[in-house]
Amino acid sequence: MPPVNLSTQVVQMLAGALLLISFAMLAERRSRRLLILLIWQGVVLVASTVIVAASAGLTHLYFSAALTLLLKVCVLPLVLFRLMRKLGIERDNEPLVNVPTLMLVGLGLVIFAFGLAQPASALATTVLRKTLGIAIAVILLSFLMILARRKAFTQVIGFLSLENGLFFAATTTTYGMPMVVELGMALDLLVAVFIFGIFFFHIREQFDSLDLDQLESLKED
Amino acid sequence: MTAYVWQVSECLLAIALAPLFAGWVGQCRAWLQNRSAPPLWQPYLVLRKLFHKDAALATDASWLFRLAPYVVFSTMVVAAAIIPSVTTDLPLARVADAIALVGLFATARVFISLAAMDVGTAFGSMGARREMMIGFLAEPALLMVLFSAFMTHGSTALPEMVEGVLDQPHIVLHPSLFFAGVAFVMVLLAENARLPVDNPSTHLELTMIHEAMILEYSARHLALLEWASWLKLFNYACIGFALFLPWGIALHGAGVGLLALAIAAVLAKLAVAGAALALFETLSAKLRLFRAPEFLTMAFLLAVLGLLVYLLLGA
Amino acid sequence: MEILLVLGFPLLGAALLAIVGARRYAAEVSVAASLATLLASALLVLRIIRHGPMTAWNEEFFIDPFNVFLVALTALVGFTTAVFSRPYMRIEASHGRLTPGRLRLYHSMYQLFMAAMLLALTTNNMGFMWVAMEMATLSTVLLVSLYRTRGSIEAAWKYFILCGVGIALALFGTALLYTAAEDLLGGEGMGALLWTHLDAVKGQLEPRVMGMAFVFLLVGYGTKVGLAPLHNWLPDAHAEGPTPVSAVLSGLLLNVALYAVIRCKILTDGALHSALPGHMLMGFGLLSTLLASFFLWRQRDIKRLFAYSSIEHMGIITFAFGMGGPIANFAGLLHMTMHSLTKSAIFFAAGHATQLSGTQRMDRIRGLLTIHPSVGWGLMLGGLAILGMPPFGVFTSEYLILITAMRDHPWATPVLLLALAVAFGAIFSRLQPMVYGDTDDQPLPHTPALVPVFVHLGIVLMMGVYIPPALAEWYRLAAQLIGG
Repeated sequence: MPPVNLSTQVVQMLAGALLLISFAMLAERRSRRLLILLIWQGVVLVASTVIVAASAGLTHLYFSAALTLLLKVCVLPLVLFRLMRKLGIERDNEPLVNVPTLMLVGLGLVIFAFGLAQPASALATTVLRKTLGIAIAVILLSFLMILARRKAFTQVIGFLSLENGLFFAATTTTYGMPMVVELGMALDLLVAVFIFGIFFFHIREQFDSLDLDQLESLKED
Repeated sequence: MTAYVWQVSECLLAIALAPLFAGWVGQCRAWLQNRSAPPLWQPYLVLRKLFHKDAALATDASWLFRLAPYVVFSTMVVAAAIIPSVTTDLPLARVADAIALVGLFATARVFISLAAMDVGTAFGSMGARREMMIGFLAEPALLMVLFSAFMTHGSTALPEMVEGVLDQPHIVLHPSLFFAGVAFVMVLLAENARLPVDNPSTHLELTMIHEAMILEYSARHLALLEWASWLKLFNYACIGFALFLPWGIALHGAGVGLLALAIAAVLAKLAVAGAALALFETLSAKLRLFRAPEFLTMAFLLAVLGLLVYLLLGA
Repeated sequence: MEILLVLGFPLLGAALLAIVGARRYAAEVSVAASLATLLASALLVLRIIRHGPMTAWNEEFFIDPFNVFLVALTALVGFTTAVFSRPYMRIEASHGRLTPGRLRLYHSMYQLFMAAMLLALTTNNMGFMWVAMEMATLSTVLLVSLYRTRGSIEAAWKYFILCGVGIALALFGTALLYTAAEDLLGGEGMGALLWTHLDAVKGQLEPRVMGMAFVFLLVGYGTKVGLAPLHNWLPDAHAEGPTPVSAVLSGLLLNVALYAVIRCKILTDGALHSALPGHMLMGFGLLSTLLASFFLWRQRDIKRLFAYSSIEHMGIITFAFGMGGPIANFAGLLHMTMHSLTKSAIFFAAGHATQLSGTQRMDRIRGLLTIHPSVGWGLMLGGLAILGMPPFGVFTSEYLILITAMRDHPWATPVLLLALAVAFGAIFSRLQPMVYGDTDDQPLPHTPALVPVFVHLGIVLMMGVYIPPALAEWYRLAAQLIGG
């Protein structure tokens, strides 16, 4: 085995952890635990960003990590926790398909993602680009989660997990986007979550539930 | 020659330590649940009590019923002989690889299930059926975990895997083993009748799996079966150490000092693992029985994922 | 300087309207802000005509004939929509469908939306383009759910989730683009995301990474264009939101999203040295056109009908840009203009038509010509124009696209013709009973602003008969830039 340095190994390990968390989210039924998993995902993201920053000696990545820490580990979960308490969404929420099937589909997606990333990974000018496949897999799994869940709250968590996958891809494959762009993205994300929050209240006001089963009147007839 | 000495003494060590490990887990659980803890040597007391009693047999029991405890116990001892818990210098481990180990566990499972059905009580049969269902799902998962490890270390024999890792000049992290590790813990919980799949301290017959199978046993038979189940947990823990945390295990040809160190390392690892197990069991609620297949499917898929990650990252 | 004005006026307007709220003159303030934006963009156009392409602010902004034409179009339709929405929203408020608070939200978000689109058009930074597109989504989500009915909330949720996911994929594409570029342009600075810099080195970009990036960008921004199969949000959002919002979504946002796709295609073309990106655009375009034209038959809601028609036309435009080459690009740009003018005019007329009959169901809208002839004529003429009847400009562009398709890709022509024929039948058969016939509906409480409808249709008619040489030259230049 060719010698690889420790930071790369740790980042690969964290990439694995990210994928693991995505699978756990896919299987998790309770909103509260989903949120905790989301926080963990944020923590892993911060850790990997810091390690990449340290190993590549890029100061702007530290800012990016701090931003992620603030936004994804502190502010957003806090907002979502408060929303959850206010709206009383603690109950179990059953996916549309049963969990083992979901997992199998997820596995298929991972294979697909790895296949997709193969050409880019093969280039691998930075060793970290090998993690691209995992990042794509996380994105696709979040996508699957949005599709397979019928609660609005869960879909939002899927959406945020998708964002996490994207940020992971951005930090590990390219050492992060330029700072200004990242700031813009963070702002957008923040606004998005607030709008999600407003929406929860609207949806509940109109439908007395956050169950998206009821959001099915606009079908082609 | 010394190798054979070590082989035998490692076996004896496992047999001796297994009840202690079970006692430690029980004690940790009691602490975590704010109960007053039983003494650490409680399992030994249980064994002594059981061995002193006279065995009562059901009227319908056949020779199979009487044979099963001995078979189960001895398979666990053989398994302990294969697993490099203290040293890799084990002659027996060279002839039987990790797949044989899975076979040994399967043998034990078949015998205990047959014995449970032998008496013909409702609970015994129910327990046997559940045990077979869980075993049927756990075994492929365990095999996948082992395959991930085989591919990563390039060997199917546990001692060689351990030596492979310990020979590396510096620590190499394997994301694939990370997945395999999580899957392994899940299999361990299911196979050893721990929460969230089965509750080892339950008194409700309807929710029992492992306990239901040994309801009809008493005295020395029960003692052997209990001992075997403790050994199984011990063995699983040692497989886990060998696969994922081999540091501390003495290599081929190590001196007595290093071996003593290895024993100390195993004790330390067992202490941490037992505490972690107790913590996990305290935090998790028992799954409804029909969720158990889901739990094990997840373990299986995680192990497969580990393989995939290995193939992609090459690490 | 002009760029600052173009972006500044709508932002200022948004802030001002948030303060003004639902006072009587709020709509006038909105119109004034839009007018100022329009004038500023006219200045920008003049400057580009005189001095050619320019960059500004550390090259963060970049204007060339391609985007300046879209800036002008956006400012124009933005202005006319603001004019239209003044009486329209008053009528809605007097029908009791809106509260003052929501009116404030409407006016303020409308200006913010304009600012986001103009930023997406003028920025040179692919990262900012993404940010602006996301901003455009976020600002319109609350507009779509303005009525707070069950339907509108569902539509807005769908819009939000689907476009959110789409835009996230586009972000991934942008990250990949950055990956491909940072080796060439250096990662630390901002150079690696500046379109002009990327364009300069596009031949050396790593083709495999660029190919992957383009797939994600196309699917991501394509969701916002309304390309099948991720078009589901579009009819719902158009049908359930207020009509001015439907008009700008259809007339402008889809264009802006397509603009983003085209910018990416130019880079990918250069990197891949193959026709693959073009073929992908053609494939998505044809699929959307065909799918939308068949779905047209199943619609009962007037705004849904024209929303599907938007998908169909975006498909045609995407197909045109996919073919590439001077004529197809020219036709695509022309069709973009024609479609956005015509479609917004139709939505204006359809909005008043639904206010007259109090429903969006087409089988209950009858006799528009009797009760309000100008609304009826607006809808009729707009419908005919969008169906590609000569002498309207849509005919010219569709004709050019068909001719090019026949020459370069004969296999696609029958598909296009089939889609156009099916769409014609579907829309025409619905249009006629709505316009003719008898009705007992009541006239509207405020006089509707129908000037925008006829101004738009007038421009479309003029372009069908005669394209001023200056404008034609401008299109030609833009078409050349797109290449392909």
